[in-house]
Amino acid sequence: MAKQLGEINASSQADIAFLLLVFFLVTTSMSVDQGLNRTLPPPPDPNQPENTDKINERNVFVVLINKDNQLAIESEVSEIDILTDRTIEFLTNPRGAADLSEQVKASKKLEEAMAKGGKEEEIKNYRRLVTECGDPDISKGVVSLQNDRGTKYETYIAVQNAIVAAFNVCRDKFSKEYFGGKVYDELSAEDQKVVKLAIPLNISEAEPRSVK
Amino acid sequence: MSKFRKSGGRKMAALSTASLPDIVFMLLFFFMSVTSMKETDYKVKIKLPQATEVKKLEKKSLVSYIYVGTPLAAHQAKYGSEPRIQLNDKISELFDIADYVESERSSRDESDAQQLTYSLKVDSDAKMGIVTDIKQELRKVQALKINYSTLKVERKGNY
Repeated sequence: MAKQLGEINASSQADIAFLLLVFFLVTTSMSVDQGLNRTLPPPPDPNQPENTDKINERNVFVVLINKDNQLAIESEVSEIDILTDRTIEFLTNPRGAADLSEQVKASKKLEEAMAKGGKEEEIKNYRRLVTECGDPDISKGVVSLQNDRGTKYETYIAVQNAIVAAFNVCRDKFSKEYFGGKVYDELSAEDQKVVKLAIPLNISEAEPRSVK
Repeated sequence: MSKFRKSGGRKMAALSTASLPDIVFMLLFFFMSVTSMKETDYKVKIKLPQATEVKKLEKKSLVSYIYVGTPLAAHQAKYGSEPRIQLNDKISELFDIADYVESERSSRDESDAQQLTYSLKVDSDAKMGIVTDIKQELRKVQALKINYSTLKVERKGNY
């Protein structure tokens, strides 16, 4: 029988493991990437005739930023601080003003979608809006953002953020009212789609040109 | 009457450290699995802008990065001090974006290629001109999902 080997001393194992642990601790970066998601419009198709459906002027909320980072809301010089409030007011149009966005009933949208033969999911979600959320008003408003080539990126993001904030506030309010007091982010993916239909994120960015 | 322990009696037995390596290994594996090494070296200086309405980018494998900022001091002699575009590890020109998108797509399988998000890491002092150009370039190659990378701050005010 072979001679029995003495046991290897394992007390340094902990030291080695500690060394590795410290290395990974130092190199770990737990930061997550985050930011504002946006979908760009597809490139203009030269064969397709220009879209002739005019959007009614009252349904367009024009935000301009010039090269000196000054802001104009609906051709009035303004500040970023009030942009969120102005956008919410434009979208919801609480007093039915004639120069703020028009509202359409969800049931009307449902009819339109059915007449056009829209996607099954869309029709289903519109139906949920009508039956579960008491046929809410849907804004026809579009926020149009135009900037100059000389605008500072920081300002541009601040404006984008203020506009998205307005939509998020509206969505949160809607979710709280009809989905058991939960904010939009806490809803299931299915319910989020319904809320998205009720408050669509309509931000249009103009083809680049210079803004005076 | 019960017996009391004699004062200054037995010494406490030494605590066994045999399980220490196991605990350390457990921690080690945790950090090994969450570590992601930095993939690219910045050649440009980027100070991200702040925003409140941020969304997390869920799948890191489905994100491609485009960096924009002023070249670092070491590279300024070569690339100037105006904001430039960095793709992967090198400073690039606007027309390189189409190739970059193509290579990013071909390195993933077809279904993933459609869902690629392009994360724009742009310095807050950069001008919109260069960003607009990048956006136009991305539109041309049908890369429409973008993300303006920002830092998160809390909302002020009473919403």
